[in-house]
Amino acid sequence: MNLVQRLSALLALSLMVSGCGDAIWNNPHPSADRDEVVLYSNFSERPKHLDPARSYSADESQFIDQVYEPPLQYHYLKRPYELEPATLTQMPELYFLDEEGNRLPEDAENPAYSVYDLTLKPGIMYQPHPSFARNDDGSFYYDFANAEESSAYRTLKDFTEMGTQELTADDYIYQIKRLADPKRLAPLRGLLSKYIVGMKEFSEEVAARRENMGSNDWLDLRELEMAGLEKVDDYRFRIKLKGVYPQFQYWLAFHFFAPVPWEVDRFYHLPGLPERNITLDWHPVGTGAFMMVENNPNSQIVLQRNPNFRDDFYPTEGMPEDQHNGLLADAGQKVPFIDRAVYRLEKEAIPIWTKFMQGYYDRSGISNDSFDQAVDMSSDGINLSDDMRSKGVHLDKATRPSTFYLGMNMLDPVVGGDSERARKLRQAIAIAYDTEEFIQIFLNGRGEPGMSPVPPGIFGHQVGEEGINPLVYDWVDGKPQRKSIEEAKRLLAEAGYPDGRDAETGEPLVLNLDITSTSSTKARLAWMQKQFNKIDLQLNIRATDYNRFKEKLETGNAQIFFFGWLADYPDPENFLFLLHGPNAQVDSKSGVNATNFKNARYDELFAQMKLLPNGPERMEVIREMIDILRTEAPWTSMFHGHDYMLNNAWVSNSKLHGISKATLKYIKIDPELRQQKQREWNKPNLVPLVLVILLLAALIFPAIMVYQRRQKQTIGE
Amino acid sequence: MATYIIRRLLYAIPILIGVNLLTFALFFMVNTPDQMARVQLGEKHVTEADIEQWKAERGYDQPLFINSEAEGMGTLTQTIFFEKSIKLLAFEFGKSDEGRSISADIKERMWPSLAVSIPTFIVGILVNICVALLVVMFRATSFEVAAMALCVMLLSISPVFYVIGGQFFFAKLWALVPISGYLPEEPWRFVLLPVIVGVIAGIGAGTRLYRTVFIEEANKDYIRTARAKGVPELTVLFRHLLPNGMIPVLTSVVVIIPSLFMGSLLVESFFGIPGLGSYTLDAINAQDFAIVRSMVFLGSVLYIIGLLLTDISYTLVDPRVKLS
Repeated sequence: MNLVQRLSALLALSLMVSGCGDAIWNNPHPSADRDEVVLYSNFSERPKHLDPARSYSADESQFIDQVYEPPLQYHYLKRPYELEPATLTQMPELYFLDEEGNRLPEDAENPAYSVYDLTLKPGIMYQPHPSFARNDDGSFYYDFANAEESSAYRTLKDFTEMGTQELTADDYIYQIKRLADPKRLAPLRGLLSKYIVGMKEFSEEVAARRENMGSNDWLDLRELEMAGLEKVDDYRFRIKLKGVYPQFQYWLAFHFFAPVPWEVDRFYHLPGLPERNITLDWHPVGTGAFMMVENNPNSQIVLQRNPNFRDDFYPTEGMPEDQHNGLLADAGQKVPFIDRAVYRLEKEAIPIWTKFMQGYYDRSGISNDSFDQAVDMSSDGINLSDDMRSKGVHLDKATRPSTFYLGMNMLDPVVGGDSERARKLRQAIAIAYDTEEFIQIFLNGRGEPGMSPVPPGIFGHQVGEEGINPLVYDWVDGKPQRKSIEEAKRLLAEAGYPDGRDAETGEPLVLNLDITSTSSTKARLAWMQKQFNKIDLQLNIRATDYNRFKEKLETGNAQIFFFGWLADYPDPENFLFLLHGPNAQVDSKSGVNATNFKNARYDELFAQMKLLPNGPERMEVIREMIDILRTEAPWTSMFHGHDYMLNNAWVSNSKLHGISKATLKYIKIDPELRQQKQREWNKPNLVPLVLVILLLAALIFPAIMVYQRRQKQTIGE
Repeated sequence: MATYIIRRLLYAIPILIGVNLLTFALFFMVNTPDQMARVQLGEKHVTEADIEQWKAERGYDQPLFINSEAEGMGTLTQTIFFEKSIKLLAFEFGKSDEGRSISADIKERMWPSLAVSIPTFIVGILVNICVALLVVMFRATSFEVAAMALCVMLLSISPVFYVIGGQFFFAKLWALVPISGYLPEEPWRFVLLPVIVGVIAGIGAGTRLYRTVFIEEANKDYIRTARAKGVPELTVLFRHLLPNGMIPVLTSVVVIIPSLFMGSLLVESFFGIPGLGSYTLDAINAQDFAIVRSMVFLGSVLYIIGLLLTDISYTLVDPRVKLS
């Protein structure tokens, strides 16, 4: 058989091999996973903190909210968002006290204290963890006198002896004390210190104790008392707040209030462990449906079903459409449905999308690059493309409880201040800046214009004609229509800038947009300049790095900027406080009121609104606050983003939740269908490889021939 | 030679101090510790006390260069410069701004980097040398013209294109390898594509460089003599030309060897390889200057080692070279 015949035979063989058999070569997951019900997902930002006292980002919450259980949780299906007990037997009992500690009636005005009385379900057990491992005599199995003794334990996996224990009130109390510990850098410490009785004093006491301690030494917080915390018995405790703070109930559903037993805190402070990254900040311990069995933020994070998880069930009630969407098919079933969740670090959009299309990721968001492939935009909105439908993909949509806005620095001499001139300038910009066009071009239609800071799904958001901003929109043919550019120009002329020029000096008005250099594309900036040009204003882009940008905001030197806020909890207070005078950034340094907006009437109404329960009275107050904001226009051109999530055919029970991330336990996977589809979609194709080999052979063969001919050449030839 | 090596190592100390000083100035003059704290602590509910606490925990609450409140050597050692930069000279990398041990991270992430960079390096050199010798063998023929045109074309294409093209064809269209990722238990499946892409992307530049070197060598008398004696061309190329052409090849190759440890920013990022390249890139994006400083320092050390190794390798391949 000569070379050509051999190569032909090889080609024929490879053609036979290609497309035959069930082997999948491009599967990025280990074959060992096939025996379990595993959900595959990805993360693009390394989580920085997994300590429930410290963590405060959605990237981190997607992991730790599956592990930790605060007292309350959000109902998975009900909208508007509704709180329900998680580890509690019932919702916390709230009552009020006077200065002397006497109990007041429910409708008492200006009580001195509020008390939240929380009762735990008995029998809730922690996940298996070495911190709970004990010897027969009750002493801790892992106890090291110095770093030398622990040197054999390089990672948490080296601790093979496990234990567990029951969740008690002490664990919640210990965690609240951790929130007050300055060393933990809990983001909520400043806010909660204003409310929880004795928290500020506790922080000072802890700080004093720590002065003579090493940075990795363990301080047993049980030794110190916080006046506002009271343990009634093992399953019951009380939190005492100064005055009234109705939004506190929402924080009780946040992982800040998840239980951390002192035993866990002790374990992670054993000598030598913090130096080896064995800390609570990297290895969470909880009572939740899952436990983190691998935390390699450099590569992958793996959650596994907690074998000690309490009896918890899929909701039996939901919204009317949930039945139709199959979201109640598993009503009353025990959760979680999956054994493991594997999250892989992926930095680039292309591999994420490709793996989703190959069936290796179960769920995916939609990046701008893959938008056209994933969905079609039509008059009835955004729907799945035919390609996606043929693959059985289904789409989840939800409005994210967030507001993005073009902020006007109210301290700026041109766009800021209380003058009619500046006010009309801001209103003119609000009309000229076409948010609808922005959403269509830059967000692929994934958003809606904001009429007020309060996004859809949050009490205080109004729809229809009464919900529109009448200074920017008219209600025409049953929908809002942006006012004309002529109207904006009229306002601009009234502000003293006819044709975009200062009426007194004749100089063109040049405004400055402060942005971070990486936040906007050239196209987006050009579009923004065009919006201002529509009313003859010039927009100068002042791009800088993030730190300079923050510095400008903190010192009040920014003029116009782009900012946003994602809700912590579903209450209008969480948005309207962003414009509360005492939160002005320049004055308070740590405030969230980036525009430095101050309005006495608004602040007065804010104080009322904060304490009112949802109802007509609160709605009336919110309406007046929003009217003030529309007139003053410190935020212009708002929009609320929409979230889209694609689920492969084998994923069920998926419903986006705008607030809670603790939803993994409800997700269901059909592994057989997934495996079948993966095989169908990923048949290896060897033909190109063989062709490449043939091509190389075709190049090399003549070279050999030429070489041999040359070698045989004589001088005379 | 030992004296030479010791002298070179001693020269390295002021260079490393200079690099440290420069990176320190770049990071701390441009970004104050307060700004670093704000980046790390996030946007919401951050108080001045939190910032002070963050700085104190990481030693950023000390003066930059001179601590006038300290006594004795403390005036120099109780400073941010000493703590954050001078300690690097003893390879004490400390903790990242998010609190993880940098040494532990480096130890963990160097393996995936090496798993990609070493095969890419070795296979790349072999392929480039072979192709360059092949081109030299067919010098002044249309094959050489075509090969050089192909090399220029390969050289002109952006590396990102190779990555995206490789992912599209090998992983998506032909379903032969995973598109990205890395599993320590079966690394070869994930390393294959980055290595293939790395080798192909390097053929253009590598072949052109080595061809130039080998052509210069091919014109020398000893090669002509060998051919005149009737030595087969392959023997001429591999036994005579290649060893003598190794000096300039070594210049470009040996200096890279220590840097293989640092991985590749581009390849690791696109292929999801959790190595030191992506570690550095993540740190830059997250403004984790403790990591960036450590990696810049490590890069400098490895580069200096590379230069030293290059000098030593000269003596090995060319007995005429003496280090003194």
